Amino acid sequence: MTLNYIAIYFTSILTFSIIAQAEDWLQFRGNHHQGLALNSSPPTNIDSEKHIAWKSALPGRGLSSPIIIGNRVFLTAASTADQTRLHVISLDSTNGKIIWNREFWATGRTICHDKTCVAAPTPVSDGTHIYALYSSNDLLCLDLDGNLKWIRGLMQDYPNASNSLGLASSPIIVNETLIVQIENDSDSFVAGINLKDGSNIWKFPRTKKANWTTPIKINQEDIAIQGSEGITCVRAKTGEIQWSYSEGASTIPSSVTSKNGSVVYVPSNGMTALKPRQDNNTPEIIWQEAQLRPGTSSPIVIGDNIYIINRAGVLNAANKNTGERLWRLRLEGPFSGSPVASKTHMYIASERKGLLQSINLQGAEGTISGTIELGETILGTPAIANDSIYIRSDGHLWKISNTK
Amino acid sequence: MKRRLLIIALSLNTLSAIALNDSIEKILSVGPEGQGNIKAAEAWKEITSKPSQETLMMIFEAMNDADPIASNWLRSAAEVIFNSMNHEQNGSNNTLGEYFLNENNPPRARRFAFDLIKKNDPEAASEIVPGLLNDPSPELRRDAIELLIKKGKSLEEEGKKNSAILVYRQALNSAVEANQIKPLSESLKKLGTNVDLPKHFGFLMRWQAIGPFDNTNRAGFDTIFPPEKEIKLDSQYKGKGVTAKWQPIESYDPFGKIDFNKPFGLLKESVAYAYTEFESNISRTAELRLGCKNAWKVWLNGEFIFGRDEYHRGQKIDQYKMQVDLKKGKNTILVKACQNEQTEEWTVQWEFQLRVCNQSGVAILASNRMPTPIQKQTDRRPRRPKKS
Repeated sequence: MTLNYIAIYFTSILTFSIIAQAEDWLQFRGNHHQGLALNSSPPTNIDSEKHIAWKSALPGRGLSSPIIIGNRVFLTAASTADQTRLHVISLDSTNGKIIWNREFWATGRTICHDKTCVAAPTPVSDGTHIYALYSSNDLLCLDLDGNLKWIRGLMQDYPNASNSLGLASSPIIVNETLIVQIENDSDSFVAGINLKDGSNIWKFPRTKKANWTTPIKINQEDIAIQGSEGITCVRAKTGEIQWSYSEGASTIPSSVTSKNGSVVYVPSNGMTALKPRQDNNTPEIIWQEAQLRPGTSSPIVIGDNIYIINRAGVLNAANKNTGERLWRLRLEGPFSGSPVASKTHMYIASERKGLLQSINLQGAEGTISGTIELGETILGTPAIANDSIYIRSDGHLWKISNTK
Repeated sequence: MKRRLLIIALSLNTLSAIALNDSIEKILSVGPEGQGNIKAAEAWKEITSKPSQETLMMIFEAMNDADPIASNWLRSAAEVIFNSMNHEQNGSNNTLGEYFLNENNPPRARRFAFDLIKKNDPEAASEIVPGLLNDPSPELRRDAIELLIKKGKSLEEEGKKNSAILVYRQALNSAVEANQIKPLSESLKKLGTNVDLPKHFGFLMRWQAIGPFDNTNRAGFDTIFPPEKEIKLDSQYKGKGVTAKWQPIESYDPFGKIDFNKPFGLLKESVAYAYTEFESNISRTAELRLGCKNAWKVWLNGEFIFGRDEYHRGQKIDQYKMQVDLKKGKNTILVKACQNEQTEEWTVQWEFQLRVCNQSGVAILASNRMPTPIQKQTDRRPRRPKKS
């Protein structure tokens, strides 16, 4: 075996060891933007004595969720007083040790509201590369070993594409296209970015109004982009608009689809269930329920129900087919992040005290089955992979796992 | 830059040096909207595959001519190379130190060099920090000022008030960032020493204001009203429901806020302009730094610099940094600020704050600067807005 062959052999082993698996969590609210990890079994009665596998100190602040590929966790952060130092971090999921930490300079404005931060958007992966976006509109692509592949400075290219409160929309990947939704009062746009080199495949202007929602995938080819005017279905590969719903929508909680993507649940007039039509005319409104208005958290569909956390921190369960409310459960809020779930349990952390709560959804009504007080402000959304929950604060990343 | 790269390259073998130069040129050639990214990625891989002191220094030297995007490519390559060299290699000479010590090099790159030195030799780095108090790089000053703030606090705790004042004053003299200036001035105020904050920052406190003009449906941002065509301080124009005339306006705010609500009332859907003249002793580069939560535009010497039509999303000191060339003598500055239709309490503000400073954030004071205005009586702002 020559040296070259040996190198290729070991490279292959390394690549194989961190190759994307079905259990991975590749973007904000999971692989299908539904917040679901149906094949994962994280602890159901979470307990700080039993289930904190590790807690790792982070080099900077952030609201972004971790993403998980094999035995690696990837996370973004921003450091220094003015948050001009951007980080992409890779950690070993087995022990929380930082494997690499790549730093970059913010090339756009970093001003944001004190509650949010420059590392607010969650990175996304196609299983082989990490694509990280920041509120400064710096967009980076690295491979899983931290090798830099491309850089975009979207605020360098479009100097008014910024929000003085901070941007938070996460990039997503659909049909081999990276979608970025940069919406603000001054220069709003959505763009399809080439995964290979970061160039624009397509780009079109959007309503000039601040918006923090993240696009969602609604089928293999199409995405839904939400904004103050409503929701627009766009072909990911070309940017062609397929259909629109124009009755307005929230600019904070994002939409979610049913498991097969046939229904889109939009935070609009409370909550609205839309069924896209074959002919791409305005989608059919299946139901609309003003009582199901979400607060900051995005809704989640699990089984036959849709779950909405309102501004008061009350979890509302409703029939996903009719919008009929089934039960309510007061959680300990307030919440800035969104819930995620396994097949049977939902997880969300409150801002104050960082109270991670597990909610058992198996009975006639939901019950809080366990809590872990993380003791730090939690503003982000958890991730689930490998039968574990990953959640971060400005200072730390935790892994919550079953007792061995 | 190429000459310096060549000198460094001479210590490498010729083929390596040519290849490295080519790679660095590819990175320096990245353009807008992702242009050159593929070649830059190949170059990045090539560069990082040959970690050495010489390569590291070639990268740092290249940062001197790099735009912000290329700088990030180079920074990342330098970081990977540094991490892949063993301690003996990356700590064996003082080339990073030479780069760091040269104050002509880019501030952020110098800070980066310092951070790498700190990784190698934290003890030496901590010895260096106090000497960075007046460094051109704000990122390097920050640590030195922080040390003095801590020292001042401990002196305060020991009851040594005069010593604490002296230390805080020394820190403040060098502070260029609001997040250090504000607490320092508060500490000094608590100890009975007032600070002329507008002068320290270089805020422009005296202007001529004119308005209101119409901003119904936010159309005023793009409308060219008379002050954009001519500056005649004795002229009057048709404004929004009134005759618009120039009138003096001055700020009593410690952070230089010019409040259009004061001369014009709590108007909505209106545009106002502020004009001032800044005398510079010499021709020089400078920065106009603006904070504003209304839609705004800025002109220097009649030339449009930048504008932004965002309303009530937040305001901070140094929110927008605009690099400009000041000419010797009189420089005219015109600011347009637009108020929109929102009526919530947090949308009352119709104001801006503008300072002139160098790239480090040190105030550049006009030769015609008057003493900081002193407020004669309390001018409380009514809380509820009204539609005009």
